[in-house]
Amino acid sequence: MSDVITLKNLQKSYGQVKALKNISFSVKTGEIFGLLGPNGAGKTTTIRCLTTLAQPDSGEILVGGVSAITQPKQVRQKLGYVAQEVAIDKVLTGRELLNLQASLYHLPLSLAKKRIDQLLNLLGLQEYSDRQTGTYSGGIRKRLDLAAGLLHQPQVLVLDEPSVGLDIESRTIVWDFLRQLKLAGTTVLITSHYLEEIDALADRLAIIDQGEVIAEGSPSSLKDRLGGDRITLKIREFANFEEAQKAKEKLSSLSFVEKIIINQTQGNSLNLIVTPKSNPISKIEQTLIENDLPMFSISQSRPSLDDVYLAATGKTLIDAEIEASNNRDLKAEKKQAMK
Amino acid sequence: MTQSISPNQFTEILSPNLDTQIEVKNSIFRDFLQETLALTKRLFIQLKRRPSSLIAGVIQPFMWLILFGALFFNAPENLFENNITYGQFLAPGIIIFTAFSGALNAGLPIMFDREFGFLNRLLVAPLASRFSIVAASTIYIITLSFIQTAVIIIASAFIGAGLPHLLGLGAIALIVFLIVLGVTGLSLGFAFALPGHIELLAVIFVINLPLLFASTALAPLSFMAGWLQIIASLNPLTYAIEPIRYIYQNSDWSFASVVMNTPWGNFNFVTVLCLLLAFDVVILLSIKPLLSRRFA
Repeated sequence: MSDVITLKNLQKSYGQVKALKNISFSVKTGEIFGLLGPNGAGKTTTIRCLTTLAQPDSGEILVGGVSAITQPKQVRQKLGYVAQEVAIDKVLTGRELLNLQASLYHLPLSLAKKRIDQLLNLLGLQEYSDRQTGTYSGGIRKRLDLAAGLLHQPQVLVLDEPSVGLDIESRTIVWDFLRQLKLAGTTVLITSHYLEEIDALADRLAIIDQGEVIAEGSPSSLKDRLGGDRITLKIREFANFEEAQKAKEKLSSLSFVEKIIINQTQGNSLNLIVTPKSNPISKIEQTLIENDLPMFSISQSRPSLDDVYLAATGKTLIDAEIEASNNRDLKAEKKQAMK
Repeated sequence: MTQSISPNQFTEILSPNLDTQIEVKNSIFRDFLQETLALTKRLFIQLKRRPSSLIAGVIQPFMWLILFGALFFNAPENLFENNITYGQFLAPGIIIFTAFSGALNAGLPIMFDREFGFLNRLLVAPLASRFSIVAASTIYIITLSFIQTAVIIIASAFIGAGLPHLLGLGAIALIVFLIVLGVTGLSLGFAFALPGHIELLAVIFVINLPLLFASTALAPLSFMAGWLQIIASLNPLTYAIEPIRYIYQNSDWSFASVVMNTPWGNFNFVTVLCLLLAFDVVILLSIKPLLSRRFA
C-alpha cells in the first residue's frame, strides 16, 4: 500500500530545547498508525508540524504527496485534527460548532447539513446537539470533536492522545469508532503514551523517545524482533543494587538466559530475556536458593510493547513518564502550545 | 451508540473524500465570505447568550457624557468654540473614544481562543485567508460601535448637542467604520503577537486612556501645550473626532470644508478620510505577516 504521510528527518528546537532531533516515519493508506512515547518525547510537536500549526526547522512532511511546508492549505484540506485538549466554545451548541466547522472547510450548505446530521447520529449525539457544549461531559466533548474532525471527509484523521481524560466507557466508544473509521477507508494517526491503546488499535507504530524515532513497525513484528520471553524477577520488594548485581551474575551463567537488565527504578528488579519454551522458572528459583538469594516475585510473559520500549531505551515507559513529568516546565509548554 | 445504521452507511459516512479537485471548484472569494460569515455568526451568538459586554458598552459612554459634561458644566459659554456648550463639544469625542475602546479590545476574544486552543481549530482549517478572522471581528465591533454611536447621538441630542442631518449621520458612520477597522486590525495584531492575555491587557491599558487625553476628544488643540498639540495632531483619533465635530457645528458642511487645523496645515473632509483610510491600510499590511506566520 502507498504511503499517505511521510515525515523525513524532522527537526525542531524551541530556543535551547531540541524538541525534535530526528523524526522520520511513514503512514500507509488505510491503516491505524500509532505514535507511542512518554510525555515530552516530541509527539505533540510532531503533530503540530504535521497539521501545519508549527514550522519545523528542517526536514520534509508529505501528506498525500503534498508538502505541508510549502503547500499548507492543501494539506489542511486533507487532514482532520482532533487535539488533545478538546477546544470547544462553551457558549455554542454542538450543532452550532459543527456548522462553524463546516464553513471553515467550505462545505456547501446542503452537504454540511447532511454530514452534520449523519455524524451526530453515528456518534449518538442527537440528544446533545442543541445544548451548549459547556454542559457536556468529557466523553461527549470528545465525540463532538471527532464529528468536527470528520465533517469534510479527510483522508487522514489525526488524534493527539485521544483517550486522555476519558472514562473507560467513553474510551471504548472512541476505540470502536476509530476501528469503524479504518474499515471505511480513512487513515488514522494517533499519538498515545498508553501502551495498551497503541497495542489495541495500531496496525503499525513508531516509538518516539527524546525527539527521535527509536523503533517502527507493526506491534507483532517489533515484539518478535525482540525474540525470547520476558521474566521479571524481584529478589526483594526493594532490593539493593549490590544484591541485584550478584543475582544477575549468578543467573547469567544459565544456558537459556539471553540477557539481563537491572531495572533500578523498579526496586532493582531484574528483567530477563530467555529462550522461548525453556521452562525457566524452576531453574531460576533453584539457582537463587543455591546462592542464598531470596525471591520476592517472578513472572513470565511474551514480549510486550513495553519491552520493545525497554530494549530501545533501557527504561520502561512508565519510568520515562515519571521522569518526564518531573522535568516538565508546564509554563514553557503552555507557551509553545499557544504559539 | 446507534444501532439503526447499516455497515454500508458507516462506510458512506466515514469514508474519505479523495476528490483532490475540491479547492479548484470553490472560488476563493466565496470561501472567504463563507468563513467570515460563520466566524461573525459565532461572535453574535456569544453576544446574544452573554450580553453583559453590550450593556456595559452602552452604559459607559453615557457615564462619560454625564461626568465629563458635569466636570466643565460651569465653564464660560464661549470658552471652547463659538456659542457652544461643553456638552456639544464633547459628544463627537465620546463617539470616537467609545468606538476606539471597543475596537482596541477586539483582540481579547482571539487571545482567549489562543489560550483555550480554539484558535488552532481555525488555524488547521484550509481558510481562504486568515483575514476572515479580522473581517469577522471588524463586522462584530462595527455593529456594536454603531449601536453605541446611535445611543450617544440620541443622548447628546437630548442634552442639547443637536442632531446632524442624514448625510451627516452617514458621514459619521463612515468615520466610525474607518477608525474601527484600523484599531481592530491593530488589536488583532497584538493578539497574535503577544504571549498572553496579561500582556495584551497591559498594552490595551497603556494605549487606551493616553490616546484619549492626547486627542481632541476632551479639549481643543488650542488649549494644549505645544508638544501635546503635535502629538494630538498625529493621533488618528483626532482625525476621526474633528470632522464629526465639524458636522455637529456646521449644518452646511461639505466634503471640501476645512475640518481640521494642525501645526502642519489645514485639512478638508476628503483629505481627512483619505488619511484615515491610509491608517487602515498601513495597519492591515503590517499585521499580514503576523496572520500568515506559522506559529514558532
